[in-house]
Amino acid sequence: MVTARSSAWVPHAVLITGLALVLFPVYVAFVGSSLTASDILDAPMSLVPGPHLFENFARALGAGTVKTSGEPVAAMLLNSLVMALVIAAGKILISLPSAYAVVFFRFPLRRLCFWAIFVTLMLPVEVRIIPTYKIAADLSLIDSYAGLTLPLVASATATLLFRQFFLTIPDELVEAAKIDGAGPWRFLIDTVIPLSRTNIAALFVILFIYGWNQYLWPLLVTNTPSMTTIVIGIRQMIGNGDTQTEWHIVMATTLLAVLPPVLVVLLMQRWFVKGLVEAEK
Amino acid sequence: MERRVVFSGWLFPAFLLMPQLAVTLVFFFWPAAQAILQSMRREDAFGLSTQFVAAENFAAVLGDPFYLASAEVTLLFSVAVAVLALAAGLLLAVMADRVVRGAAVYKTVLLLPYAVAPAIAGVLWLFLFNPSIGIIAVGLRRLGIDWNYLLDADQAMLLVVLAAAWKQISYNFLFFLAGLQSIPASLLEASAIDGASPRRRFWTIVFPLLAPTSFFLLVVNIVYAFFDTFGIIHNVTQGGPAKATEILVYKVWYDGMVGLDLGSSAAQSVILMAIVIGLTAIQFRFIERRVHYA
Repeated sequence: MVTARSSAWVPHAVLITGLALVLFPVYVAFVGSSLTASDILDAPMSLVPGPHLFENFARALGAGTVKTSGEPVAAMLLNSLVMALVIAAGKILISLPSAYAVVFFRFPLRRLCFWAIFVTLMLPVEVRIIPTYKIAADLSLIDSYAGLTLPLVASATATLLFRQFFLTIPDELVEAAKIDGAGPWRFLIDTVIPLSRTNIAALFVILFIYGWNQYLWPLLVTNTPSMTTIVIGIRQMIGNGDTQTEWHIVMATTLLAVLPPVLVVLLMQRWFVKGLVEAEK
Repeated sequence: MERRVVFSGWLFPAFLLMPQLAVTLVFFFWPAAQAILQSMRREDAFGLSTQFVAAENFAAVLGDPFYLASAEVTLLFSVAVAVLALAAGLLLAVMADRVVRGAAVYKTVLLLPYAVAPAIAGVLWLFLFNPSIGIIAVGLRRLGIDWNYLLDADQAMLLVVLAAAWKQISYNFLFFLAGLQSIPASLLEASAIDGASPRRRFWTIVFPLLAPTSFFLLVVNIVYAFFDTFGIIHNVTQGGPAKATEILVYKVWYDGMVGLDLGSSAAQSVILMAIVIGLTAIQFRFIERRVHYA
């Protein structure tokens, strides 16, 4: 074996250092969320967790901070959840049929349709924010879930991924379906969607994280506290005003914001890795 | 690539395509067209009249020393983020490829930053380095280093680079590890039998075979640093001090939403679109090459 050598501790040492670098900021946030405001202001804060963890989380969830007009973080979590789920489900729901249409049919303007969708791959929402904002305003989508999600659903990643997968479905399956008298609708429901199950799961994980972590668009399109997502809420809690930042609550909120996507990655690691690798092919 | 066997008719596929085409049209083509149109117009101070000024906004943007400074900041920032995140990702992947015990644990933990929003990565690092309460900031000051990224441009840049690279390590690690694991063991064994040291094996076999992965990751990392790091900048430095960390995406947002200079902001958007299209084109050329390579 090439790998069996005496210096086997080197990789472990490097990896443990890497782990420490990855985990340290999160650990300090965890400690911060278990202290009181004055414990943190009395710098440097301790690196041992204090006894106020549940108290701080309860206050964040139930009452938020003064700077966020007392909007409870529980409501922000709900907004983030709705946004992430609608974006993930929405992208899959509009991409799967359109990829199916492009792959399994021949019709006029088919190439044009494909390219029109494909071009959206290139331009992230960040480079067209202000015109998109104006359109959202014209359609009175500001401060609505539709405004929060619809512009982010317009992206071609999922379509491209489904298209690639559909191209690998053997022609024999299509022929067999035709011989059995199944039309395109039956074939979609009975064959293509069941075959796509793992692709759908992988894509869902990636898109959920993408949706949950959105920042610039929610910042623009929501103004009322009741529509704030948790990632934006943290920004407002820190603010840049004169009042003291309540760091213990900010850190509790930060952990609450990180927890759902981290759980998704941990629990669905297999699909997550698959989705990440395939989405970039 | 095309399928041989297909269904006939156009009504059903049109129906299937409709939702995506509608969303794309309303939220992609319309705003993109608006951006291009707006970039060639100027509004008076009260928004009462607009006049067509052709390329004047572009000339103004490209001749603006602040814009050029922001472009330079963006370049520095993205190269630093890409180099740091790629080097760390590669090092960790090479090491993870060598261990058997604990491999699953290492891999799982190293994937976690991917789940963290860039904006939140910024908050985590802000908490460590905040001049008055940050645990590392206080430690640095005890060591005699005058740490205050709110005043020192280099320190501000260092902090946003660290936060941005931290988040991107997961992604690079995953792709490098996949690349390493696809290198045939027989190649490495053959060169080991020929007496090549591990270091030599890495630089003569592993590294060249990883070149396609590295190039692909380089483009992905630069795109990430250009566009996905708005949240980090907005949370940590707000582009400061004195615009030292004002990357282009931040400037588009600031000039458009805070400065309300729509013509300039739109021209900047159009320039950014051109940059993305360029980067994407490079990436696709490369993917073509990778197919031949494999």
